[in-house]
Amino acid sequence: MTTLVERPVVHAEHPEHHEGPTGLLKWMTSTDHKVIGMNYIVTSLVMFFFAGIMALVIRTQLTVPSGAVVSNQQFNELFTMHGSLMLYLFAGPFAFGGLANYIVPLQVGAPDMAFPRLNALSYWLYLSGSITMMLGFMVAGGAAAFGWVAYAPLSEATFSPGSGPDLWILALALTGFSAIFTGVNLVTTIFYLRAPGMTMFRMPIFTWNMLVTAILILIAFPVLTAAVVMLFCDRHFGTHIYTVQGGGVPVLYQNLFWFFGHPEVYILALPYFGIATEVIPVFSRKPLFGYKGMAFATMSIAALSTGVWAHHMFTTGTVLLPFFSLLSLLIAVPTGIKFFNWIGTMWRGSIVFGTPMLFSIGFLFAFLMGGLTGVMLASPPIDFVTHDTYFVVAHFHQVLFGSAVFAGFSGLYFWYPKFFGRMYNETLGKLHFWFLFIGFWVTFMPQYELGLKGMPRRVATYPAGLGWQNLNIVSTVGAFIIGFSFVFFLVNLWVSWRKPVPAGDNPWDAHALEWFATSPPVHHNFTKLPPVRSERPVWDFHHPDARTIEHGHNGHGQLVGTGAGPRQD
Amino acid sequence: MTDEPLRPALTGRRRRGALVLVGVALSLLLGGCQVPDFFGFRGATKQGHDEFLLYVGTFIAALVVGGFVGLLILFAVVRYRRRNEEMPKQFQYHIALELTYTVVPIIIVLILFGFTVITENRVDAVTPKPNLTVDVYAFQWGWEFDYPNHVVVRAETTTDPDPVGPEGLSGPQCSPAAWCLGPGLILPSGETTQINLRSRDVVHGFFVPEFNFSRYAQPGVLNQFDFTVIKPGVFRAQCTQFCGLYHSLMLFHVVAMPPTQFQTWLTAQEPTTSLNTKAAP
Repeated sequence: MTTLVERPVVHAEHPEHHEGPTGLLKWMTSTDHKVIGMNYIVTSLVMFFFAGIMALVIRTQLTVPSGAVVSNQQFNELFTMHGSLMLYLFAGPFAFGGLANYIVPLQVGAPDMAFPRLNALSYWLYLSGSITMMLGFMVAGGAAAFGWVAYAPLSEATFSPGSGPDLWILALALTGFSAIFTGVNLVTTIFYLRAPGMTMFRMPIFTWNMLVTAILILIAFPVLTAAVVMLFCDRHFGTHIYTVQGGGVPVLYQNLFWFFGHPEVYILALPYFGIATEVIPVFSRKPLFGYKGMAFATMSIAALSTGVWAHHMFTTGTVLLPFFSLLSLLIAVPTGIKFFNWIGTMWRGSIVFGTPMLFSIGFLFAFLMGGLTGVMLASPPIDFVTHDTYFVVAHFHQVLFGSAVFAGFSGLYFWYPKFFGRMYNETLGKLHFWFLFIGFWVTFMPQYELGLKGMPRRVATYPAGLGWQNLNIVSTVGAFIIGFSFVFFLVNLWVSWRKPVPAGDNPWDAHALEWFATSPPVHHNFTKLPPVRSERPVWDFHHPDARTIEHGHNGHGQLVGTGAGPRQD
Repeated sequence: MTDEPLRPALTGRRRRGALVLVGVALSLLLGGCQVPDFFGFRGATKQGHDEFLLYVGTFIAALVVGGFVGLLILFAVVRYRRRNEEMPKQFQYHIALELTYTVVPIIIVLILFGFTVITENRVDAVTPKPNLTVDVYAFQWGWEFDYPNHVVVRAETTTDPDPVGPEGLSGPQCSPAAWCLGPGLILPSGETTQINLRSRDVVHGFFVPEFNFSRYAQPGVLNQFDFTVIKPGVFRAQCTQFCGLYHSLMLFHVVAMPPTQFQTWLTAQEPTTSLNTKAAP
């Protein structure tokens, strides 16, 4: 491949002059990527639990026809904030603010992110954006109630007066800038701070996915920020960009929003694909099958995702159906490649069912189901029936829940020993998984049938006598099983906090450089690095005698060792 | 054939099994050659039935692909669980296999795309000479249906939350009641009706589940489409695109009646002034 100089990097032994503040002050003032990453993880999990509780209220309201738990207005606020919190404040920041911030510099062997202060600014923008959005509940008129997509002209001042919608717009602008800064930071870190020997095709696949995600962020988020700033101008400065009365074009908002919105779906999914792709090889004791194909599949998903936005607008009658349909269908191809790579990785492996692996397998099944119904929705005639029904709700929950929750928690359990230097309790982790897995299917499978029976999404009530009640009851029961499963997670955190079990630096016999650092990593991460000769340097280091099979050979050809031990020079 | 003595008994059981199989197959075939509906509506309109056939085909393809991939995952997970501490072979690439699982999905997707284009052209086809044209206006929160000769059916959900059909409806009894909420869009069955769909305020969704069809009603956009309802009947319908406070109550229904009965109904209606003169889309 390339002929980079390969030798172990030994940082100059420098005194620990970073004995800075501790406790709360440390969390508030640090520019260390690990501290900021942990800030992100904790904040986004808090948002996740808020949004989850909202989901439980929504499900309770929908259990029976003409539900009366909340009013129409409250219901509309709840589903708007549930979606906004989950998508803008949990799924994205948890991945590219939290896990990526913590893990990517470690995986590329860097001491920190490229711009540590910008990184801190990102977090504080994100936190203030989150608080701003939640403040909507405190103002007269209530929080925004136009769905997480905020279609104009419903989101215009005429139809949604009050400061709740303004706070929502402001929150999006703040978190949008936070995401853009994080994107810049990740791209720069990955391009410029890789350890010697780590060529692009020796980067761990999680880092690959975060690189592609960061580029997608830079493509998509500025469009969203522009769209909501124009919406703000419409609301306050009389610009009429999205209103017919002033010569504006309402459907422009949908185009702008989804030009952000569809890449956003992959911004939320690719990092989680990356997590599953880190976990499955480690727990199968094998290298990732088709590593390069995986990297190319990720890139082609990103490329295609910028050309499919109008598949959210098939029923507007204003878009060229065949073009957007074909590109949307084609995304199934790189996604299929990923599936076969995951299966190929497990094939003839030696799989151990640790909690992270269980969550990743759960992700595979969830995402398989969500992906198949996604292919159905990419066909406009089928979308005409299912658009804006519970079929779509079930579809994107299976995709996003599958990614952000199953793969997300897979990553959380996987890197937990690295974060804290202590183990979680396996039994509690497995209980968490099984309750979550069962609850997931019980919640979302009935919603497909509800959608096919014609139940629209975002309805606060539905009439009796339509045969929707039993399916809704089942779905609500499932939602509470999901809610209950997180008790095991919280208990697990508490147990590991009170009774620490030391984990060691590399409890999983894992692959990438983060497992060469101490647990938790020291300030500036590494005092020494192993040579990087493949995409799994730590595994090579610990298995100097293992022989791997050269590219293109299936085991019957000549064996060529690429595993490398520590060099003695 | 060492098990000769056992054969008669087995044959009897086998024959019974075969009979059951043939019976099941025959009842499926003779049951009107009905394909299973896979939870979907068969489509009360010609256009909706075309959509239904595409849906069934895609569903079966999804079942096959999903079943195959799902079973592969399940097999790998069960078969290759850790049994000993031996290090598995560290293979990573297999170009032929990788090419196969790239090319085969492309072919599947292109076939799906072909059927999609054929179907969407049929569903979206608009005839230049419809038998009837109805202007449909969506607004917060209700529907207005403007017929030729200034006949207007209009109901607001907020003021009239439960109107069972238009006043003076001489059509079939509207039942069950849950199907008949909101204003009624009366159409002749067997004939092609063209809908001109507009919105007076925000984005709404015109959705008749049993027609397998929905379309946005948007300010500034005129959406035109055709329905050919196959048989007389009542079909519940509602707004699907979230449109504000009473979105969930923005219901309507479609009543398809024989053409002669429809003409009787239309001529019996008092002409009204539509609101569309004062509020253009």
